[in-house]
Amino acid sequence: MSEAMSQELSGATTGTGSGASTATTWPTEVRARTGILTTTRAELRRLRRWPAMWVILGTWAVMTLTFGYVFDYVSYRTGDTGFVNRGASTDLMLAELLPDHVPDTLLQGMPMFGGALMMVLGALVAGNGYAWGTWKTVFTQGRSRTAVVAGSIVAVITLAGTAVLLTLALSLGTSLAIAGLETADAAAPEGAELLRSLGAGFLVMTMWALAGYALGTVTRSATLSVGLGLVWSLVVENLLRGVGEMLSAVGTFAEFLPGTASGSLVGALVEVPASGDATPGVLTVLGGERAAGTLVAYLVVLILLTLVLTRHRDVV
Amino acid sequence: MTDDAIRTTGLTKRYGRLTAVDSVTMSAHRGEVYGFLGPNGAGKTTTLRMILGLVRPTTGAATVLGAPAGRPGAARRVGALIEGPGFYPYLSGRENLRVLARYRNLPAPAVEAALAEVGLDGRGRDRYRTYSLGMKQRLGVAAALLGDPEVVVLDEPTNGLDPAGMAEMRELVVDLSRGGRTVVLSSHLLGEVQEICDRVGVMHGGELLRESTVAQLRGGPTLHVRVTPTDQALAILTRLTGAGQVHRDGDRLQVDAPPELAPRLARELVSAGLDVHELRPAERSLESVFLELTRGTGQASGGETDTQQEVV
Repeated sequence: MSEAMSQELSGATTGTGSGASTATTWPTEVRARTGILTTTRAELRRLRRWPAMWVILGTWAVMTLTFGYVFDYVSYRTGDTGFVNRGASTDLMLAELLPDHVPDTLLQGMPMFGGALMMVLGALVAGNGYAWGTWKTVFTQGRSRTAVVAGSIVAVITLAGTAVLLTLALSLGTSLAIAGLETADAAAPEGAELLRSLGAGFLVMTMWALAGYALGTVTRSATLSVGLGLVWSLVVENLLRGVGEMLSAVGTFAEFLPGTASGSLVGALVEVPASGDATPGVLTVLGGERAAGTLVAYLVVLILLTLVLTRHRDVV
Repeated sequence: MTDDAIRTTGLTKRYGRLTAVDSVTMSAHRGEVYGFLGPNGAGKTTTLRMILGLVRPTTGAATVLGAPAGRPGAARRVGALIEGPGFYPYLSGRENLRVLARYRNLPAPAVEAALAEVGLDGRGRDRYRTYSLGMKQRLGVAAALLGDPEVVVLDEPTNGLDPAGMAEMRELVVDLSRGGRTVVLSSHLLGEVQEICDRVGVMHGGELLRESTVAQLRGGPTLHVRVTPTDQALAILTRLTGAGQVHRDGDRLQVDAPPELAPRLARELVSAGLDVHELRPAERSLESVFLELTRGTGQASGGETDTQQEVV
């Protein structure tokens, strides 16, 4: 991998006059970084202009607002607590809509809904390139496949990060507006708590995005990978966890699923009502640390799988 | 530094039991236009894919500008259009090229130059999705020309183009080679290859049947003769030109002889009392050579491009 990168970068620094074997004085790791920086910028350039990406981010923004704030606020205003009736008083309902509750609110939808959308995003970025023939085009631009795909992965991680920051901005803006309307306490959330939430959200969203990316790479098809990914994350995992409650062997297996890990990481950071009717996808199966560890392990495996596959497979 | 821009040795690709490319050894010299000629499914595109490093050979090797195929440093000096253009449909033609230019660290003027070269500068702002087949193909060629590469690989470059577009594309390819570039193209159009290629590799069933210049492939000049009775004419012509120089196909004869010999042959035939219906110089078309190479012997066919002549 590093050999390929250094070779491709030796080409970049020596221009067209000499062969690929020409040595340069740049340290290998510096050259490798500039190579991936170049491919990341190229990939981001085309992703930024892709309407599908904005549709996905827009959908996520609307979902965050609606399920995080609008419905709760309407039920608070109307006194109709049917939607959020957890035996909560109206004061408690308002408290959940204020800025200092943002670290909790912004995470709620991520394990299932945010994750599913990120999975679609990753699957589209990787899978469509095979139908359009764009991977073939990009792989003949004089960059190693590893550098190209690594750049594309970094670009997708950037989009997942953008989605998390978008959630933060929307949550803060909306909760401030509600605080203003209700002349309630507009105190900012605690810094450390907010950072922890953002980190967890980033980990969850990135893991799902790269799961979609890996699926798109394996199937070389956007539609197949989107379909399989959604069925897996929304249906199969829940079924397995359901069966796992009765069959311990399946239960142990279900502990290692990506949805279990992301749900548990969020469940460890947000308040989960004892009644059990938490936001769909938010779980308390694993402790926070083990959940985070599982997610990091998934990230590493997904990235390696994607890089190895694209590097060794024929591009047809 | 080698004189070959591209060289393959024993290049083979097998998919299970199917051998798509079978031990192809070829070389394209620097500055020439090299054409892979063959019917669909002959293995041309797979060979080009291996040369570009997109497909790994089962056995054998390919080098491009002295480096193993697909090695990034050398690949940056190669531009390619392979198996149809592949672009982002939601981006404009210009923006597609700008994305590729970013991979190659090229400035914006390089994109404009490539667009102008294929005559797409007026439509650069339109989305790729809205392009006609011919425009898509031209954008593919523009992408292959991006950054003025030393070697340009074009797989069926005239695909989808109308007759005027095909003529323009041929002109462009000739211009490219005049500029000192090496162009390697594939085509199933014989006329096209005959018109623009310096050397040809004839492929069929995954094998490279023949590699030579177009002139060599077509062989020397010949005379077409139709004289009755044919048997007597055959005997006289063989006596005059030598054994193996006269080929028979029904009542037609083909003589491997220069046009200067025509008057003498005519005199001899007429003085022997034979009826001369036709006697004219002809150059074998590449098509006839191609058919001969790919179809083997034993089949008769009619017309100008007869090749399955009986060797006398």
